[in-house]
Amino acid sequence: MKIGVLALQGDFDAHRRRLEELSAEVILVRKPEQLDEIDGLVIPGGESGTILKLLGDAGFAKLKDFVLSKPSFGTCAGCILLATDVENPKQAGLGALDMTVRRNAYGRQIDSSIREGKFLSDPIEMVFIRAPKIERLGLGVEVVATEGKDPVLVRSGKTMASTFHPELSDDPRIHQYFLDLVADGKKTGK
Amino acid sequence: MSKNNGHNTNLRLKTGLAEMLKGGVIMDVTDAKQAEIAARAGAVAVMALERVPAQIRAEGGVARMASPKKIREIMAVVDIPVMAKCRIGHFAEAQILEELGVDYIDESEVLTPADEAHHVDKHAFKVPFVCGARNLGEALRRIAEGAAMIRTKGEAGTGDVVHAVRHIRQIVMEMRILTVLGEEELYAKAKEHQAPYELIKMVARDGKLPVPNFSAGGIATPADAALVMQLGAEAVFVGSGIFMKNSTEFADPAEAEKRAKAIVQAATHFKDPKVLLEVSEDLIGAMKGLAVSGLDEAHLLQTRGW
Repeated sequence: MKIGVLALQGDFDAHRRRLEELSAEVILVRKPEQLDEIDGLVIPGGESGTILKLLGDAGFAKLKDFVLSKPSFGTCAGCILLATDVENPKQAGLGALDMTVRRNAYGRQIDSSIREGKFLSDPIEMVFIRAPKIERLGLGVEVVATEGKDPVLVRSGKTMASTFHPELSDDPRIHQYFLDLVADGKKTGK
Repeated sequence: MSKNNGHNTNLRLKTGLAEMLKGGVIMDVTDAKQAEIAARAGAVAVMALERVPAQIRAEGGVARMASPKKIREIMAVVDIPVMAKCRIGHFAEAQILEELGVDYIDESEVLTPADEAHHVDKHAFKVPFVCGARNLGEALRRIAEGAAMIRTKGEAGTGDVVHAVRHIRQIVMEMRILTVLGEEELYAKAKEHQAPYELIKMVARDGKLPVPNFSAGGIATPADAALVMQLGAEAVFVGSGIFMKNSTEFADPAEAEKRAKAIVQAATHFKDPKVLLEVSEDLIGAMKGLAVSGLDEAHLLQTRGW
């Protein structure tokens, strides 16, 4: 199974390490044509505005085609990029998850925190860094993890997104969940 | 699994933000207008300053923390992280910057040092700090004090990349040496580097710093950014190189934006000469700069810090 990690900017290396620990073959994706080689894509944390600029129009279009048809997982900035609607400020989304995400919803770095939430009803550590919040969920988007009352990991079909950073915790469960999703997709030929 | 004691939690949040900046460019800006240009060009963060290092160098005088009003103006116009500098050892400036809500503090040799023996106790703060280093020992001393990111010092405000290269090479080489040494040799190395043994051991095991390692000091072109990234830097700070034409005059804003965009591309595609050529092609010159080899020892900023 080949997993791409979008490596234009951000904590792509933390994702690469975690995925390799879980025995995935990882490709750091910096060029649009590399998307043709992979079975699933992780879009890391970073600055979503910067990543959009680095994608450019052609990269954005190619990435959009990919996330609408193949398994994808975005964390923080990646979650923002996968949404249909983005607030604070408004910016373009890839539209793979029907939801509204508000950038920097908790405040500045001083308001970043590590908290405990629930992933499929089990407790799990969550690292929030200048994190966004999911403010609206469309039909068919299910909540997989919560922190307090907030949805913080959501999924619709083969696309998932978290507002926190599982790649910065030692716990591999969420990346494993994504790898299982990619493997399922391969089995059923989707 | 979770390592939730207070100290560790704090450090993970601090280095966590630095992780998010990797592969990016942090740009020095002196007003809201420059901050907007930097954000538009794709900067991952801006450093809010009263004067860029080239101006500080040219004008002399005591260089202090920027005025909070200026920093606030910059924070108001961009949604990327905003950093600001405090003087070495000036924990009261750092307290003010933390209260103001900046996202990172650079305890910087570019400003006039406020303490001749001590750096800020950075563990005492919730806001993360970045510090400059010229070698591994200096980097580890800053990490021991609580720095969550290290950057090379280079020679700020010159547009001459030679010392940023010297410092990143030095740090990378010294780390590489540790990875092949035996246990008893590491104790001797701790003494030689004047750094805590625990940190020396950590570097020997991992072959890298326990916090992100960025580069700064004299980076002025896309090729400079690609050079330090290929040598092992994980992101770059560009100070005077974007908005200055020379030590006293600002560059044309359109030209500065073009240069900023090109350096952003270079930090991502640092190993891809085809992209580097493309982005370098339509740039009109770079900051005139000062050759560091022509500077008197007394005019070097990098020797500040202990």
